[in-house]
Amino acid sequence: MSILVYTESENGKLKKTALEVVSYAKAVADQMGGSVTAVVINAEEAESLGNYGASKVLLVKDDSLKSFDAKKYAATIAEAAKNEDAKVIIVSSSADSKYLAPLLAVGLEAGYVSNVVAAPSSTSPFTVKHTAFTNKAFSNSEITTDVKLVGLSNNSFGIVEVSGSAIVEDFSPAIPDSGVSVVSVDKATDKVSIADAEVVVSGGRGLKGPENWGMIEELAEVLGAATACSKPVSDLGWRPHSEHVGQTGKPVASNLYIAIGISGAIQHLAGINSSKVKVVINTDPEAPFFKAADYGVVGDAFEVVPKLIEKLKAFKAANA
Amino acid sequence: MKILVCISHVPDTTSKINFTESDSKFDTNGVQFVINPNDEFGLTRAMWFKEKQGASVDVVNVGGPETEPTLRKALAIGADAAIRVNAPATDGYAVAKQLAKVVNDGSYDLVIAGRESIDYNGAMVPGMLAGMIGANFIANCIGLEVEGTTITAVREIDGGKETVSSALPLVIGGQKGLVEESDLRIPNMRGIMMARKKPLTVVDAVEAHAGTKAVSFEKPAPKGAVKLVDADNIDELVSLLHNEAKVI
Ligand SMILES: Cc1cc2nc3c(=O)[nH]c(=O)nc-3n(C[C@H](O)[C@H](O)[C@H](O)COP(=O)(O)OP(=O)(O)OC[C@H]3O[C@@H](n4cnc5c(N)ncnc54)[C@H](O)[C@@H]3O)c2cc1C
Ligand SMILES: Nc1ncnc2c1ncn2[C@@H]1O[C@H](COP(=O)(O)O)[C@@H](O)[C@H]1O
Repeated sequence: MSILVYTESENGKLKKTALEVVSYAKAVADQMGGSVTAVVINAEEAESLGNYGASKVLLVKDDSLKSFDAKKYAATIAEAAKNEDAKVIIVSSSADSKYLAPLLAVGLEAGYVSNVVAAPSSTSPFTVKHTAFTNKAFSNSEITTDVKLVGLSNNSFGIVEVSGSAIVEDFSPAIPDSGVSVVSVDKATDKVSIADAEVVVSGGRGLKGPENWGMIEELAEVLGAATACSKPVSDLGWRPHSEHVGQTGKPVASNLYIAIGISGAIQHLAGINSSKVKVVINTDPEAPFFKAADYGVVGDAFEVVPKLIEKLKAFKAANA
Repeated sequence: MKILVCISHVPDTTSKINFTESDSKFDTNGVQFVINPNDEFGLTRAMWFKEKQGASVDVVNVGGPETEPTLRKALAIGADAAIRVNAPATDGYAVAKQLAKVVNDGSYDLVIAGRESIDYNGAMVPGMLAGMIGANFIANCIGLEVEGTTITAVREIDGGKETVSSALPLVIGGQKGLVEESDLRIPNMRGIMMARKKPLTVVDAVEAHAGTKAVSFEKPAPKGAVKLVDADNIDELVSLLHNEAKVI
């Protein structure tokens, strides 16, 4: 039996989530008995997925799939799943994968669970653990259909290298008309996105105004981090909406989350709780964030952050 | 234009989440339910289409009688009529199946749903619904304009946004940005009075199988106490992040 994964790429390069979903698929294949087939769309070095457990790659090279299109991509993956007679299909939790997965579920009549954080606790019945109530809890859910679709939470399973190799086959699926076409893209190519970031530096209303974000951006740059903010900061127009994180904003699941001048309201914490290590910098020792954080500094951001930048630069220089 | 806004009935964002019956059921005791925030942005955008472009706006929920106050609130905000499909919201697939029937029966042109519900967070109902009824679909929608049957929308993507064009019939998964926080409306007395007279129709469920089943819930493991670092000793923070947490 084959486990099918959709491995994402950007500008021809496989993304980190691609390695993560293949690692996860390999774990599922080992549990159920079976092999891993990856669908790769317009990317180079597809054979490298063998190092993470794929034994076969279906490589699609098609100009009509150059930019992401949920319907076309879903149809491509569905056709691959049918050809391979795959019973388990695994995708990531990126915005794009979350966009295509519901369409894929309908196409394959597959039960779908998103935000999965661990390998199945049982494969018969097929039971997976996923976040629910915006990270305030976990749910264990059974997928009861013959074909099963799993959306793996980013940064939750990790990347596991194995010794193996993958054969690459060309795959030319039938591509449907889309109905949605991209007119223009507005994307900062020089910045780390919150979804891909290992480290996120986030600022709150404690920073007093947009003119004070220079140090946040500098700190992010030193750490190779993405910048984020609390909801009121984006509502006030200090920062773009795309930086708003929390229950009603973007979810964050980074390795390190640094909250500066953020009180730690329940709606904020819910969205960032699946980050592994949380640091808070806040003048008020009673701020609720201190209850959620791993490390904390009680202090004025305007003094602490420049110091932190300086110390990190020194650290980087010493460890270069 | 006939608009249907899908309303998911969710615990208020400040709710503490607990479970009962050996962690197999969400404990609704003392929990306040509200319109899912993403749906509230969508409903508010729908009001704009109603007021500026003469659209009609119905709201729908798939759920038990306990969700009716939430639908009444949507009527008080300004929706014309409400529909409750009398079925438990077992999973995204089953909910989408029920909604597909409502959309087909009512010949809606535009379906506005939310990016995700804040209880289940599946982010699946709108896409599944679109797939089932063969409508176009735009997820993470943060801007929406309709001219005749032509759609211009803005979609949030990782690291930015993109502008897309499409056509009715269309389903969107909307979120903040469709309207601003400050555009949200609190129902006033007149709205609440009028809502009482507006139709809230209960329709029977169609046969729909769920693809998944929640078997148990658990809460995250309690966290250890925070390690405080003195503001004059930031070297220590860097060292802890490197040596102990191993994140830099
Ligand atoms: C339906 C709903 C949904 C919501 N969704 C979200 C969401 O998704 N994301 C979100 O973030 N919020 C959300 N909120 C808002 C949330 O309730 C809080 O209001 C918000 O998170 C507070 O933002 P803040 O911490 O930046 O500001 P504040 O609460 O004003 O906190 C500022 C903090 O900065 C500290 N401070 C002040 N000066 C300094 C200084 N010089 N140095 C260091 N620290 C300083 C203060 O001690 C304080 O703790 C939501 C609310 C509702 C009702
Ligand atoms: N039971 C329901 N009744 C009506 N609409 C729903 C229901 N559940 C989800 N939706 C809609 O689908 C969106 C996404 O929900 P979900 O797929 O559960 O994350 C919500 O924001 C609602 O617009």
